[in-house]
Amino acid sequence: MFDTILIANRGEIACRVIDTCRRLGVRTVAVHSDVDGQARHVEMADVAVSLGGATPAESYLRGDAIIDAARKTGAQAIHPGYGFLSENPDFVDAVEAAGLVFIGPSAKAIRAMGLKDAAKALMAEAGVPVVPGYHGEDQEPGHLEVEAEAIGYPVLIKAVAGGGGKGMRLVERAEDFVSGLESAKAEARGAFGNDAVLIERFITSPRHIEVQVFGDGDRAVHLFERDCSLQRRHQKVIEEAPAPGMTEEMRQAMGQAAVRAAEAIGYKGAGTVEFIVDGSDGLRPDGFWFMEMNTRLQVEHPVTELITGVDLVEWQLRVAAGAPLPCAQKDLSITGHAFEARLYAEDVPAGFLPATGRLQHLVFPPDVRADTGVRTGDVISPHYDPMIAKVIVHGTTRDIALRKLRQGLAQTEVAGTVTNLAFLGALARHEGFSTGEVDTGLIGRDMAALTAVPEAGPAVIAQAVLALTGLERAPARLDGFTLWAPVAQDVPVEIDGDPDTVRVTMRAPGEIDVDVGGEVVEARFGANGWRIDGQPLRRVHVSGASATVFGAHPVCVRRLDPLDVEAGAGASSDVIEAPMPGLVRSVFAKAGQTVAQGDRLAILEAMKMEHALLAARDGTVAEVMTEAGAQVEAGAALIRLEAEDG
Amino acid sequence: MKLRSQAIASSEQFKTNEAAHLDALRVVQEVAERAAAGGGEKARDRHVSRGKMLPRDRVANLLDPGSPFLEVGATAAHGMYDGAAPCAGAIAGVGRVKGRQVMVVCNDATVKGGTYYPMTVKKHLRAQEIAEENHLPCIYLVDSGGANLPNQDEVFPDRDHFGRIFYNQARMSAKGIAQIAVVMGSCTAGGAYVPAMSDVTIIVKEQGTIFLAGPPLVKAATGEVVTAEDLGGGDVHTRLSGVADYLAEDDAHALALARRAVGSLGAGRTSSLRQAAEDPAYDPDEIFGVVPGDLRTPYDIREVIARVVDGSYFDEFKPRFGETLVTGFAHVDGWPVGIVANNGVLFSEAAQKGAHFVELCSQRKIPLVFLQNITGFMVGRKYENEGIARHGAKMVTAVACTSVPKITMLVGGSFGAGNYGMAGRAYQPRFLWTWPNSRISVMGGAQAAGVLATVKRDAIERGGGTWSTEDEAAFKQPTIDMFEEQSHPLYASARLWDDGIIDPRKTRAVLSLSLEAALNAPIEDTRFGVFRM
Repeated sequence: MFDTILIANRGEIACRVIDTCRRLGVRTVAVHSDVDGQARHVEMADVAVSLGGATPAESYLRGDAIIDAARKTGAQAIHPGYGFLSENPDFVDAVEAAGLVFIGPSAKAIRAMGLKDAAKALMAEAGVPVVPGYHGEDQEPGHLEVEAEAIGYPVLIKAVAGGGGKGMRLVERAEDFVSGLESAKAEARGAFGNDAVLIERFITSPRHIEVQVFGDGDRAVHLFERDCSLQRRHQKVIEEAPAPGMTEEMRQAMGQAAVRAAEAIGYKGAGTVEFIVDGSDGLRPDGFWFMEMNTRLQVEHPVTELITGVDLVEWQLRVAAGAPLPCAQKDLSITGHAFEARLYAEDVPAGFLPATGRLQHLVFPPDVRADTGVRTGDVISPHYDPMIAKVIVHGTTRDIALRKLRQGLAQTEVAGTVTNLAFLGALARHEGFSTGEVDTGLIGRDMAALTAVPEAGPAVIAQAVLALTGLERAPARLDGFTLWAPVAQDVPVEIDGDPDTVRVTMRAPGEIDVDVGGEVVEARFGANGWRIDGQPLRRVHVSGASATVFGAHPVCVRRLDPLDVEAGAGASSDVIEAPMPGLVRSVFAKAGQTVAQGDRLAILEAMKMEHALLAARDGTVAEVMTEAGAQVEAGAALIRLEAEDG
Repeated sequence: MKLRSQAIASSEQFKTNEAAHLDALRVVQEVAERAAAGGGEKARDRHVSRGKMLPRDRVANLLDPGSPFLEVGATAAHGMYDGAAPCAGAIAGVGRVKGRQVMVVCNDATVKGGTYYPMTVKKHLRAQEIAEENHLPCIYLVDSGGANLPNQDEVFPDRDHFGRIFYNQARMSAKGIAQIAVVMGSCTAGGAYVPAMSDVTIIVKEQGTIFLAGPPLVKAATGEVVTAEDLGGGDVHTRLSGVADYLAEDDAHALALARRAVGSLGAGRTSSLRQAAEDPAYDPDEIFGVVPGDLRTPYDIREVIARVVDGSYFDEFKPRFGETLVTGFAHVDGWPVGIVANNGVLFSEAAQKGAHFVELCSQRKIPLVFLQNITGFMVGRKYENEGIARHGAKMVTAVACTSVPKITMLVGGSFGAGNYGMAGRAYQPRFLWTWPNSRISVMGGAQAAGVLATVKRDAIERGGGTWSTEDEAAFKQPTIDMFEEQSHPLYASARLWDDGIIDPRKTRAVLSLSLEAALNAPIEDTRFGVFRM
């Protein structure tokens, strides 16, 4: 085993690798960019080396600097994590040339899988099923029809030069093939000047199922499958293992195919063989086809770890250090079910735009595995992937695991940035997903329902207001005391960006009525603390004037400060007067000109100083009553703006 | 020692008492709620339609969230001026701003444009007096047309009339008691001096106006035609005249500015006297059951004390001497107090004991709480001859001269010289609160009628005439009726003979807030006058 390894990555995966290293007594070296100097992975590592810069190109992609860091710190091996340099064969060569160990497959294996078409051919040769199709030169219609028959209907006819759906036809029955081919070719000719087509099996209900493999360069085992069908624009959102509806027969077939694939390229380390699976009629052993192989540790590897009890990073280190496979296929089995949800800083209503911000508060419930690279106070910067954490759960059955996922997401607390937490929660509650009917189109079909933002309920707003006004504490004896009728305060707030006023009436210590838009919510204090309309409080985080109430749909309420308004002098803003006697040095304003508040309209020289005369408001210059060089008295009207409407 | 109550909550007597108190309370509560509504729905609607907050909302939004508000004179002017001035047209009370107790005086423009009736002036001055005695910063939420002209003779000329408001402002400012004005509406004529005399003044844009004479008077005097805004609006006063310091966008902004102004005053004095509070061992709500509904029924005042003081612990002083006056040490909501409470008519021994106890508290600088329920000093040859007036004078001297804060709670009768010895209004307690069942007059109505009847009968009989018992009863009835009306707490409170009627169940809270207010001012050393020994 290595004494010291360097982790050429950042964020949650760097932290996750360090965790295992600590458990194995291996010293760790972190590398970091300038903006990551205070990052969690830097804090966790035994040694840290700065790479400088902010963008990946300036930092985590600088292979030479990383190898240099490894040398200087005495690291014997480099763990690449995922992304960045993890599938860069040139980097692998460089690492090895430097006399260090790359914790991962050989450059040759990476290259073999790097070219998708070549990989497919290689796999077909090795007896791994690939999506049936015809990619040949012979474009004679009769020949194509024979090929289509061999592929099996339904088939998709695609223009070779195609794109954007042009020259694409779905043919469901043999008798429609000729007409479909003709129209596809005609369209392709028109669009691309090239009517060559290819034919592929059309998979009506595609599922993304992948198999975790592990090789020692000679033999390989598989650690069963993961289902990653819940995707949004090819981005995985929630992954699970095992795949719902998987039969033992198919699992064996897929596992064996994956092992064949790995052994075909002499694979060493952790890898994933991705298959496309036809889920339209249940899972069948003849209904899966090779897509590609990922020659790295995957983001979603923890679900495999939770159902197999294997620490994949430990295996990576042991095998990279020269040990044989830690166990045989027969020793591996599945226990229970696991889910992983990817928590991102992203603005879901704005179309899942990546978001940034300082995490004012970040708490995960104790009964989930949260793989994260950030802590409260850390910044989600625009330089890197905006992932906050992976929320991972395990249960004895899929149903239990899914319930734990829902609960875990509802109890995850993030304040300081918008997140996809509500979207993940909605997905975890999706009916089809709950029954295991997953396919890669699920999110797209139900996008509207999954991203719907329910209006924040009055109880939640009431709680936020109590927190913001400091009334959420245990009541004091004299709280809200009056001799007769109670007094009511109006609290101006902004609820998820919309302004509103909430009226708080203190009836007695521990008895507060909160009127939210005409709905009165009763907050009462008792042995169980505060209850709102009889219900327990939700978790809330207050930061400055903002309160985030956590739950299935986190709500952010900001208390507006009446002092934020600045009372401008209404009557005086029309005329710009000389503040003191002086010489008009220059005049910038012209009659009819549109000016904005703060614009420099003229300069007055007086008492050895130059005074800029600024527009007090937005408007149009009505009249310029002075000129450069004029000597003016204090209070002399210099420039007049057109009167405001109303 | 922990007091032990003899009351039985399930007894008939307890329930009868409770019902009587609830009836008395209901009458006051209705009056207080009507007063809080100010000038009625139409005037309120008009007020709100101008973008102004209602006066009670102004006060509420000035205070800290959850702040207590100890209102003063909540039923002032009740039954006066044909009901034209509910709450005397102004709200006053002690609340918390930025954690610090302040006195708020807020004009109610829905009541005759916020003009000052005689009782408005009296209430404003009383609020200032409380502020001055207890070192409470003053915040004036001004929205007033100035003196109520039909009543100018009772508002303007005398010592304790309108001008005294500004005198007080100047004197308080001199003592370092901050004066802050928020001009949220008119502020005309003499009223213009409220903001002008303040340390810090805030004015609401296009809503607040300050001028010595309004546009109509200006036109009459000089012929100049000018709008109220150009004459004395927020822009003018914050930009040109300097009469106001901050221009506010609206009421909410103005109140926030006032809060900020209080924030810059510094922490103020915090008393180190307070200890951790403890609830009484007996439920304060039982006060209604343990106190008889009829003032003539005697009861043990310790039943009340047990329901007011922390843990019902009462360290009674001289319990075996002068037993009709109960004296002793206790804590109320953590504040140390010396309690002086009536338990029957005052005899010479009781008066001497009272004087002794007041001296003790003065020496130790412990605030005094008077639970007043007194028919008077004992009368008769024996008592006059042994010098009860002399002994009574000792108690009155002690109460008058002590420098410790006095809080008086009128829990029953307040008749005759007993009122003096028990820190009645003339003895300047920091606060004087009354219960709905209390009565106050120079003597009982029946006694007064009896005195008058005796004098008349003597005159008739001297002239050889006769007077039938029917005629005598008819003669006495108007006096009895008059005393009944005038001794009622609503009659008293309307005239600000006290600071307000309270729900007896809130006695602890009211005492706590009063003590907290009182201890904003340091306790000076006491120097007593000559005791007639």
